[in-house]
Amino acid sequence: MIKAIWNWIQRFSSPKYFYSMSAPLVTWFSIAALLTGLYGLYLGLFVAPTDYQQGESYRIIFIHVPAAWMSLFIYMVMAISSGIGIIWQIRLADMVAAASAPIGASFTFLALVTGALWGKPMWGAYWVWDARLTSELILLFLYFGYMALQSAIEDQRSADKASGLLAIVGVVNIPIIHYSVEWWNTLHQGATVAKFDKPSMHIDMLIPLLLMAVAFKLFYAAVVLVRTRNEALYRDRNRRWVRELIERL
Amino acid sequence: MNWSEFFNMGGYAFFVWTSYGLTLFVIVANIVSPILQRKKVISRIKRAIKRENIELANQK
Repeated sequence: MIKAIWNWIQRFSSPKYFYSMSAPLVTWFSIAALLTGLYGLYLGLFVAPTDYQQGESYRIIFIHVPAAWMSLFIYMVMAISSGIGIIWQIRLADMVAAASAPIGASFTFLALVTGALWGKPMWGAYWVWDARLTSELILLFLYFGYMALQSAIEDQRSADKASGLLAIVGVVNIPIIHYSVEWWNTLHQGATVAKFDKPSMHIDMLIPLLLMAVAFKLFYAAVVLVRTRNEALYRDRNRRWVRELIERL
Repeated sequence: MNWSEFFNMGGYAFFVWTSYGLTLFVIVANIVSPILQRKKVISRIKRAIKRENIELANQK
């Protein structure tokens, strides 16, 4: 029984099978991301009411918060698939982890700069060394560390192991980021959505925020698929399925 | 609400639109870079195949 499941997993996680199945998914995720994103932007910029404290500047929330959520979400995907790659030696999982790192880094960067651009008019400073901001900056460096290890180590399996371990160890930073606003006195406001209570936000603001979060996730799904396809081609460059595929191009 | 009011963002135009502009930049970069990566990977493999074919021919 276990052997049957194992065979099944091996078959469906083979890079060749993944490559042949993933192309249409890219299209569907892209279209879905575009539609949800446009609708979310429309609601966020035109329909959502002005904030009574922050005026129009709060509209940065519709990209800042989804970007920050993505920075954590992609990190967890990266760490979990690294773990799967290390423990069960499923090559596709290592590919997903490697493909996720640059996307995660870009969303972390976006969360940091949109936060700075929101902080300036609200707090009077682009940057303060408080717990939330500093732990998010460390997240960016963890992504950079993962990418540096990937490219510095010649042997692919050692590279996956080393960078994967870094990703797994770095998971300790994730709860620190989430709870930083509770554990330390910080300028950053507390959670308004992800908490055990009703979200303290007007429904007309909450809906575009959630739409944008879904759009960002769908966008990540599309991009990570394309990047994983590239990884599969490159890592299997000496295998027959890639050779046959390239010769047909 | 008219358009100039909309673009003014209640005086926060610089902060709001720079944020949205950077978001657009990150999204475009995330679309373009894997496309370029794919081209690079395919051309590298094609070159490797060519090189191997030449080596095979020389051995004969």
